[in-house]
Amino acid sequence: MSKRTLGRKVALVGAGMSKFGAFPGKSTRDLFVDAFQEMLASVDKGFDPRDIEALFIGNFSSDLFENQGHTAPIMADWVGLTPRPATRVEDACASGGVALRQGIQAIASGLYDIVLVGGIEKMTDLPIERVTDTLAIAADALYEVPAGFTFPGLYASMATAYMAEYGAPLDVFLKVGYKNHENGALNAKAQFGQRIADIMEIRKKSAIKKGLPVPTWEDEMAFLRDERANPIIAWPMRLYDCSPVSDGAAVVILVSEELAKRFSDAPLYIIGSGQASDGATHSRPTMTSLPAAKHAAAQAYEMAGVRPADIQLAEVHDCFTVAEIIASEDLGFFAAGQGWRAAAEGQTARNGAHPINTSGGLKSKGHPVGASGVGQVLEIWKQLRGEAGERQLPGNPTLGLTHNVGGTGQTCTVHIFERR
Amino acid sequence: MSEVEFTHTSHYLALGEKKLVASRCKACGKLYFPARPMCPECYGKDMEAVELSGKGTLAAYSVIYIAPSAMIQAGYDRKNPYCAGVVKLEEGPSICAQILGVDMAHPETIVIGTPVRATFLTRGEGEAARTFLGFEV
Repeated sequence: MSKRTLGRKVALVGAGMSKFGAFPGKSTRDLFVDAFQEMLASVDKGFDPRDIEALFIGNFSSDLFENQGHTAPIMADWVGLTPRPATRVEDACASGGVALRQGIQAIASGLYDIVLVGGIEKMTDLPIERVTDTLAIAADALYEVPAGFTFPGLYASMATAYMAEYGAPLDVFLKVGYKNHENGALNAKAQFGQRIADIMEIRKKSAIKKGLPVPTWEDEMAFLRDERANPIIAWPMRLYDCSPVSDGAAVVILVSEELAKRFSDAPLYIIGSGQASDGATHSRPTMTSLPAAKHAAAQAYEMAGVRPADIQLAEVHDCFTVAEIIASEDLGFFAAGQGWRAAAEGQTARNGAHPINTSGGLKSKGHPVGASGVGQVLEIWKQLRGEAGERQLPGNPTLGLTHNVGGTGQTCTVHIFERR
Repeated sequence: MSEVEFTHTSHYLALGEKKLVASRCKACGKLYFPARPMCPECYGKDMEAVELSGKGTLAAYSVIYIAPSAMIQAGYDRKNPYCAGVVKLEEGPSICAQILGVDMAHPETIVIGTPVRATFLTRGEGEAARTFLGFEV
């Protein structure tokens, strides 16, 4: 296939998100309003929302989570944007990333100049078994789910295959979770914005308050290895390897390149976009890589004309800690089988050579599934504009990447952003 | 068109008869399990049924503690976890299935590459009873 280019270049001029967490009594539309308000305030030169011409909303399953289908027009209505076209996009946990790509394509085609891309999910109203069942509809209901597989189980299987193939030790997964909590502790929007050390103190104080024996751990790794503190969900994935059940929304504004400076002093340009699909987990030639992620990454790198080594920060889809390690290889930051070593050596930490998930990732920030792919863009927006506060990367980064996965890699999107 | 219908219904009916029935493309010879009605490799639409041996090796696995509703109804939970895995069959295709005969209390002792053999599990009762594919070490 010849090189793919956008018919017209696209810029990002505004971005906002709700806090991610558990918000009883709030629906997706309320969270969407929170994100929309923050987006309006983020546009440097001001913005009349009536200039928005169309909406693309990523949403996995309000149908089952909230008993509400047909969510896109509701979002348009709640922020005063009817009768503009509002389209819901569903590709499991990649719904947000695919909505972003739909928005990009709508501008690149020349049909619209100003588009809103959103992501929404409200997961915490259901009991945990029903959340597990609802997420499982993103797997193959005929051939994966009847085997007893859950999403933690499917990713845990990739972890056992990865350990067997590359000799990775169990502790390396825990280190990814530890690192993401260190980052999330500096993000006010994070659902679990505590360092593991903070969580240990909370557990100790809680035991004292209840008059129970006070647990002690030598260090954070000892806490993470403790079955009582960090129970197994699907071996070898433990609680602190798994992204949480979350509510949240995120919104970004895309405009055609020539309009960017009308709205923003420091717009980001979307220079690469890729998307790919795949079959069921068992149907692939490998269990230690997501072929769709490699395809999407190759498309995005080629369109952008950059190499993996040029990327200064990446928000990757760490729905489980093993997924972050595999993503770091699929995106070409590290060779196959080397991602675990890089994680163990701290190369993916904020002060490492290849920072990954400076936001805290899905693990610490939260994973309202349809919102996650758009939420990732918020971190790139802040870091590339020097607005990430305490977690700001040094050296004025100009190139960032997002990687969003649906299912176990049946859908993957990769986007590359540049500040000029 | 193929003389036999290849659907999830035919797949699970065959499991009820303790058979693993794959489909093979008569044009290019590619084998599919679960069986498919057309060949996504060469777009051939003439598929024939092939019974598999049920022998394979374990390619990936997890011991699952937080079970979905269907497995909770089958008696599994945190105190009684189960193993699910991906098995590579000797004829080539791979499939997801429950794995039996492994030590759930010591998941680190389960070895990828271990030979396994198909077994047939019944979940549900009366009219709702269905046969599922499992593999035994």
